[in-house]
Amino acid sequence: MVPITYYLLLSALLFVLGIVGFLIKRNLITVFMSIELMLNGVNLSFVAFSHMWGEVRGQIFVFFVMVVAAAEAAVGLAIIIAIFRSRKTLNVDSIDLMKL
Amino acid sequence: MTNSLHLVLIPLIPFLGFLLNGIAGRRLPKKAVTSIALAASFLSFAVVANAAFAFKSLTLPYLEKCPIPWIATGNLRVDFSFALDSLTLTMLLIVTGVGFLIHLYSVGYMEHEEGYWRFFAYMNLFLFFMTVLVLAENFLLMFVGWEGVGLASYLLIGFYFRKDSASDAGKKAFIVNRIGDFGFLIAMFLVLQHFGSLSFNAVATQLAAQQAWQGGVLTLIALSLVLGAAGKSAQIPLYVWLPDAMEGPTPVSALIHAATMVTAGIYMVVRTHAIFDRSAVALTVVSVIGALTALFAATIGLVQHDIKRVLAYSTVSQLGYMFLACGVGAYSAAIFHLVTHAFFKALLFLAAGSVIHALGGEQDLRKMGGLRKKIPVTYWTMTAGVLALAGIWPFAGFFSKDAILFAALRSGSFGPVLYCAGLLTALLTSFYMFRLWYLTFWGELRTPEAHVHESPWTILLPLSVLAVLSLCGGWIGLERFGAWLGTSAGNTGAPVAGTETLELGLSILAVSVALVGWFVADRIYRVNKKTASGFQKSVPFGYRLVEGKYFVDEGYQAVLVSPLLIFSRYGLGLLVEKGLIGGAAQILSGAANFSGAILRTLQSGNLRSYAGWLTAGAVLLLLVVLHGQLHGLILQLH
Repeated sequence: MVPITYYLLLSALLFVLGIVGFLIKRNLITVFMSIELMLNGVNLSFVAFSHMWGEVRGQIFVFFVMVVAAAEAAVGLAIIIAIFRSRKTLNVDSIDLMKL
Repeated sequence: MTNSLHLVLIPLIPFLGFLLNGIAGRRLPKKAVTSIALAASFLSFAVVANAAFAFKSLTLPYLEKCPIPWIATGNLRVDFSFALDSLTLTMLLIVTGVGFLIHLYSVGYMEHEEGYWRFFAYMNLFLFFMTVLVLAENFLLMFVGWEGVGLASYLLIGFYFRKDSASDAGKKAFIVNRIGDFGFLIAMFLVLQHFGSLSFNAVATQLAAQQAWQGGVLTLIALSLVLGAAGKSAQIPLYVWLPDAMEGPTPVSALIHAATMVTAGIYMVVRTHAIFDRSAVALTVVSVIGALTALFAATIGLVQHDIKRVLAYSTVSQLGYMFLACGVGAYSAAIFHLVTHAFFKALLFLAAGSVIHALGGEQDLRKMGGLRKKIPVTYWTMTAGVLALAGIWPFAGFFSKDAILFAALRSGSFGPVLYCAGLLTALLTSFYMFRLWYLTFWGELRTPEAHVHESPWTILLPLSVLAVLSLCGGWIGLERFGAWLGTSAGNTGAPVAGTETLELGLSILAVSVALVGWFVADRIYRVNKKTASGFQKSVPFGYRLVEGKYFVDEGYQAVLVSPLLIFSRYGLGLLVEKGLIGGAAQILSGAANFSGAILRTLQSGNLRSYAGWLTAGAVLLLLVVLHGQLHGLILQLH
């Protein structure tokens, strides 16, 4: 049986990859994918703990996260398309209208 | 007869008139405004008259109380309660009766004025508050009326508000009255503290039960009340507002500043006489103030050139008489003089108004003259007023003034001094009234270009009624009048017997003094007109002093007003307002601005910078949560 540490390390790795991608990438789609990556990193640790304790609640939580992520993907992609249509770019540095 | 006299209607009807004319008057035709105002004052008078007819069958004091208390907190309970006794009824008859006559007069007098509806709305408002003042059964309700008449007076003095002098005079009246109101308030607090009730009846009952209470706090209460009364009734040192109040329309001077409102102070002293009776100090103060004011104002009246100002100083002087009467404990004489004064002074003002009206707005005595043939009705009615004020038998003023002088003489060791002051005042009064009379009606008209015309009947009718009252008003005599007032004016015993000869002698003396005044005025202003200017030249300093009203206004300006203005402009305005309060506000707003300027740089609009801050925040939170374990971990590594 694989020790839980490995799962957690993999989960942390995925999460940090997500953060880094979120911070350094300029393409909006890539930023969006980084967020999904973070969510899945968290999901992995949920499932691992759930398996370790023989508990079902962690897995239920994962389903919730997946549902929210799916909804978020739908809405987020729609927004991205709308932004692209109006600005002809997906570079986050040039999408900076929300300032004083 | 019904059980209730509906006293509440007496103030309520004028109040309705005020509301109607005040709200809709601008859009109503003039006739409607006139009818509303006249109807309101007349109906109010009718209710009073109804009460007067039913008066005999009442058990006194007759009370009318609103079932819901006005203020009920802790031990304090104040009601909307009206009381009727003979003193109240007398005042009510004067207020609404003379009030109605003056309303009628105003219809003619104010006909061509701008703001006709406004004038009548204010007049009705005044009637409302004045009747509340008179009917009130407790200090607080009286205070409501007291403040209200002050307001009405302010509004009416400043009626010609486009004129600076008028609005200044209004403000002056209001501010000087505030000083008096302060005294009234203090007195009210003291009464509440020591009697636990503000009802006149309760205070009088408690005092009657405790015969030993003398002086002390009662003196303090009485003196505070005197301050209030001195403000409202224009006594030294607060008389300065009344002469300036003549800026208002003449009917206002007649109603508010001669017949009714200014007598509120005397009414208040008489109403609370139970307190005054227990304080010899306060009574002495009242009598001295009264005598001083009477004499002082009379001397100023000698040389004024404005017809209304002469009358104004004469009012101050006559109010001094009433104060003097209160001070020597002759309350019924004070009220008697109040009543006769209301008749003849209202008459004099209205007649003066008629003269001014006839001359097209001229108020300067030096430009009048020779009017007796041209406006005969005004002439004859005014003559009645002059004779009454001068105290010539058998006019009303003779009886009441005589009663006051007699009471003053008999008032202990101090009496003869007060009596002499009163007698001297009577001489001066007679002189300046006949001076006014000669300058106005005799000789030649000194403004030949004026189109002199007699006034319409609405002006002449009230004049005639008041002239008759000025003639007959005193015939009732002090004894019967005092008996009618009864305990409401502190009348306890029968008049002192065996003084008839003394009384007769004093009366003859008073009349001869008045005749001397007449004679001197006749010599100077009719027979030999040079004498007056000769006097002026022989005592230039004295004349200037009196003509300048002893420079009291200037003195107040220098000693009180200017330092106050400087203090408020620099001390309060610059230091406190701009410095302290403004400074604190500046610091607060500066701090907000400064922190905002720093924090706004965070709002770059750049998505990645937001993401960076988000991450940094999350990391920080994580560190805080894990702080303990990390510490252990580091220790382990060591």
